[in-house]
Amino acid sequence: MKILVPIKRVVDPYAKVRPSADGSGLDTAGLKFEINPFDEIAIEEAVRLRERNGDIEIIVLSIGTSESEEQLRKALAMGADRAILVETSEVYDSPSIADELAAQVNEIRPDLILMGKQATDDDANQAGQMLAALLDYPQATFASKLTVQGSVALVTRETDSGEECLELPLPAVITTDLRLNEPRYIALPGIIKARSKPLDRRPPTNAPKLRTRITRYELAPTRSAGVKVNSVDELYQALKSKGVV
Amino acid sequence: MARTLILAFEPSEAVSLTGFAAQLQQPFDVIFLTGQAPADIGAERVFVANLDQVAPADATAKGVLSLCEGYSHIASVSSMRSKDILARLASLLGGAMVTDVVSVESNTVYKRPILAGSVIATVEVLQTPVVLTVRPAGFSPVSGNDSASEAVTISSESVVTVVSQTSRGGLRPDLTRAKVIVSGGRPLKDSETFERIVGGLADRLGGAVGATRAAVDAGIAGNELQVGQTGKIVAPELYIAAGISGSTQHMAGIKDSKLIVAINKDPDAPIFQVADLGLVADLYDAVPALQALIGS
Ligand SMILES: Cc1cc2nc3c(=O)[nH]c(=O)nc-3n(C[C@H](O)[C@H](O)[C@H](O)COP(=O)(O)OP(=O)(O)OC[C@H]3O[C@@H](n4cnc5c(N)ncnc54)[C@H](O)[C@@H]3O)c2cc1C
Ligand SMILES: Nc1ncnc2c1ncn2[C@@H]1O[C@H](COP(=O)(O)O)[C@@H](O)[C@H]1O
Repeated sequence: MKILVPIKRVVDPYAKVRPSADGSGLDTAGLKFEINPFDEIAIEEAVRLRERNGDIEIIVLSIGTSESEEQLRKALAMGADRAILVETSEVYDSPSIADELAAQVNEIRPDLILMGKQATDDDANQAGQMLAALLDYPQATFASKLTVQGSVALVTRETDSGEECLELPLPAVITTDLRLNEPRYIALPGIIKARSKPLDRRPPTNAPKLRTRITRYELAPTRSAGVKVNSVDELYQALKSKGVV
Repeated sequence: MARTLILAFEPSEAVSLTGFAAQLQQPFDVIFLTGQAPADIGAERVFVANLDQVAPADATAKGVLSLCEGYSHIASVSSMRSKDILARLASLLGGAMVTDVVSVESNTVYKRPILAGSVIATVEVLQTPVVLTVRPAGFSPVSGNDSASEAVTISSESVVTVVSQTSRGGLRPDLTRAKVIVSGGRPLKDSETFERIVGGLADRLGGAVGATRAAVDAGIAGNELQVGQTGKIVAPELYIAAGISGSTQHMAGIKDSKLIVAINKDPDAPIFQVADLGLVADLYDAVPALQALIGS
């Protein structure tokens, strides 16, 4: 069985990112970059599936500049078998990421595509569902539990009001939510071993066809601090005077 | 072609998108996937599918595809379900998609939050149709006359089997619609304590219960209660945060609240920089004391 894990290089989710002075871009100079946290969960889940089910090849793939090699190497250190860098400096939106992933899937032919529910930079939450549509594969988004038996995936997924359990025939696209697992700490031997694992660079199959374009970035309006009250009693009086209790 | 279709997974969602639809300044129609159409939202055509249950995304996206023909804009309220289904639909339509729209600049330009709500991006749409999920907080509902509703059939044949569904909402109001929310964070020791302290005050106020990711990860609160960048986006009249530090990711979910109250024992907690009312106190004393006062 083959699992494909598409991963995105994103700015450290804990970093404070500011728009550039003219608002045309983001100022990320000096900030750390990471594997998108949801994609790291996807890699971890693929590795756990292999630990449970055996005989699984895990391929990680990233679309981006050569800088993404850092994240692909980390994925290899986590246990992926090989990596593909679709090398490009073009801007992509989620639909064009899905287009490129679909082209790659047609060549790689994985049985399962495990990916993040959303990238923590664009917060789009689109690419997985779009890829599933392009391939006409079933999908399960927001997965919090996954088992694979033969050619069927059993997924518990989070919903607006609780959870549901779905049974999907493979091949399928599954996107990860936070509670699926906690990615492992990478020990030194893994990092060293990852250096010799194959990383294949290739150009994109097609130029991206953008459906949307970001024309301006601005800091979100911040709420200003209000007043501090000195006691529960004062808090209660303030709430009462505002008519909310 | 300049026409909007609202997909309402639940009837109330259509009402909360009327303000958004009005800003597009073009006629709009509505499909009610479940439930009955509320009257007078100003839709030109009202379609009622009368589904018992919305089918998995593969089936629903295909099922509504033909009904989307002839529309330039297709919109739903932002939710996990709408993101699941509409992104798939956008791809089938070969269209563009904008997630979590917070404002309309023109029919092709929208604003939406990125990077956990710390930055607002202006997004220009380059392709028709465009599929949008909309955060209703920024749009006030408007009313108008509807025409009579028409029945539509939406096929729901999926290759996916729904094995089970559980709803853990209980009797409390839905987080995304609640007028009052009491949320708790990491210091609430266990689920019993969380329920007693946070749940107790919420019930006294007739409100919903929310939690931080830290509380959910620790097993103190259920997943569906997580508020924030990767949880629910809420916009109540009153949001009470007890034992919550105020991380960017949590703030991303509560920015649209009218009044934010923070109870935290650390006077330097970042939540105090955004709270309208702050109380430096131990939540184990303050929350039950507040509950007692509200009861009296
Ligand atoms: C990709 C990603 C997505 C995320 N998404 C979300 C999300 O959607 N929602 C979310 O909430 N977080 C999210 N997080 C996590 C977020 O970064 C924070 O870790 C989290 O919000 C912290 O939760 P907390 O405030 O409960 O805990 P802490 O940060 O530990 O804060 C606890 C607070 O309680 C106070 N306190 C302790 N004891 C008491 C007491 N007895 N009385 C009063 N106050 C007390 C402390 O002073 C402290 O300020 C995400 C993180 C990542 C990386
Ligand atoms: N540049 C990329 N390369 C590989 N995978 C990506 C890329 N961008 C997004 N993805 C995948 O698509 C998911 C959803 O992204 P998004 O639609 O941007 O929120 C991510 O969690 C990744 O798994």
